[in-house]
Amino acid sequence: MNRRWKYLPQYLAIAPFFVLFAVFGVYPVVYSLWLSLQRWNGVSEMKFVGLENFAFLLTDTAFWDAIGNTLIIWVMSTIPMLVLSMLVALGLNSSVRHKDFLRVAYFLPNVTSIVAMSLVFGSFFSNEFGVLNWFLGLIGVDPVQWLNDPWAIRVAISLMIIWRWTGYNAIILLAGLQALPQDVYEAAKLDGAGPVQTFFRVTLPLLRPVILFSVVMSAIGGLQIFTESQILLGDRGGPEGAGMTMVLYFYNTAFADNDFGYGAAIAWGIFVVVVLFSILNWRLVQRPARVNGGGK
Amino acid sequence: MNRTKPGTLLTYGALVAGALITLFPYYQLAVMASNTTADIYSSPPKFWFGGHLADNIGEVFAKVDFFGSVLNTLVVAIATTVLVLFFDSLAAFTFAKYDFPGSNVLFGILLATFVVPTQLAAIPQFDLMAKFGLVGSLNALIIPAAANAFGIFWMRQYARGAIADELLEAARVDGAGFFRTYLSVGLPVLRPALAFLGIFTFVNTWNDYLWPLVVLIDSNHVTLQVALAQLNGLYVQDYAVVMAGTLVAIVPLVIVFLFGARHFIRNIAAGAVKG
Repeated sequence: MNRRWKYLPQYLAIAPFFVLFAVFGVYPVVYSLWLSLQRWNGVSEMKFVGLENFAFLLTDTAFWDAIGNTLIIWVMSTIPMLVLSMLVALGLNSSVRHKDFLRVAYFLPNVTSIVAMSLVFGSFFSNEFGVLNWFLGLIGVDPVQWLNDPWAIRVAISLMIIWRWTGYNAIILLAGLQALPQDVYEAAKLDGAGPVQTFFRVTLPLLRPVILFSVVMSAIGGLQIFTESQILLGDRGGPEGAGMTMVLYFYNTAFADNDFGYGAAIAWGIFVVVVLFSILNWRLVQRPARVNGGGK
Repeated sequence: MNRTKPGTLLTYGALVAGALITLFPYYQLAVMASNTTADIYSSPPKFWFGGHLADNIGEVFAKVDFFGSVLNTLVVAIATTVLVLFFDSLAAFTFAKYDFPGSNVLFGILLATFVVPTQLAAIPQFDLMAKFGLVGSLNALIIPAAANAFGIFWMRQYARGAIADELLEAARVDGAGFFRTYLSVGLPVLRPALAFLGIFTFVNTWNDYLWPLVVLIDSNHVTLQVALAQLNGLYVQDYAVVMAGTLVAIVPLVIVFLFGARHFIRNIAAGAVKG
């Protein structure tokens, strides 16, 4: 009896998280599985429809388009973002002045409201009076219909993501660079390797775990893109639904159209995509272990 | 002679140029918020401040209950941050320093909760809030966010190294109970970690959009981000006013962030490289 009560304070100390998770995590996930088998608008009686929602989901071109848009935007934003953040990290790792100011300046977008900045960028993307088209005009490029053309829409959203995440990833990569052993660089220098060669042969391979961390984080975030599309283009994702992402489609179905049953099925569809993507990422992370024979 | 190498100067120039491009949207936001809508919709675009900032901000507060939404956001952000700091640090302290039956399994469960995507729980959470009568209430934002796995995980890592076992032992010898030990030994040592998690939580809560948008539907008590989206929906013709509202919405947060920016950025970097 005494033994069992001995750890009561410890159990009480960790209880808040587990209670909250049971109520707002476990129960909702289980319930959403049940909901995905229903037709329900949140007000009238629920109607059991079996797997009908999932059957519809598999043939729902809007959902597949949303997956496609999300992945396209993820690729179009992640690749330039990684290159840019690597350049910024390399720059900050050299002996430049005002590093503290530069670090804060590059990081600031990451903590600024996406809603607010979507409104600001919205004005930049304006066809006639936008700053971007004005600038393009200066260098002799025809104005782009930023928020009307499907591909321009995806570029616009990608630009916002790049703006928001370059600094964050630069800080991460910079920390990785600073943790690299210096003797390897001495050795490369002695071997007569130039800066470019050193970067590709020494820095990049050593930095691989940190780069993968950035890729994994951007995948987790990238699959959840919602606010930029919703603010810039509205609930329907703009012309031809080019900005319709998975989470926007979910929001739209569940909370704009009040189709809770199908919304729950979409949420499970997104979950499957996220899991598949995570497995892909995980295999990417595992690969070097196999090449090196698995040792630590 | 200690002259700067030309390569370094070039790097410096490129970095400053990149930083200016990064900061340009903030500058241009201030420019637009201080001009009239007619000025904004002119070609070439205005790149210098106008004299209408006060008028525009006045209109924002006259048109929608912006002041109320600032207060709401403050209430939610402060309450959430305080609760998260307390519950997360208490749980982290416990997981880091006490070995009790099931502690490893429970911590494993805690880590596993990371994989649950938010939208999977969103509809039932909304339904739950409706049953509790909390739709439209700020409590619907605060209660589910009061403790989280990330904060506990992150702070446990910190606490394991930072809190010396001798200190705990000394507290025990002095007759301090578990909670007393947490307050007098754990919390003071955890202060730097609390500072980071505090800013992190405050910023994320302040900026949160999707869940407030869903659960504060048809409410007079919206948060700043939702108010901003509404302002944009209602006064899209009056862009200077929308920009003034946007400026008001981000300035407090930028100030909070700049307060602890160096410490905060160092923690972000350290967490990624160690993890």
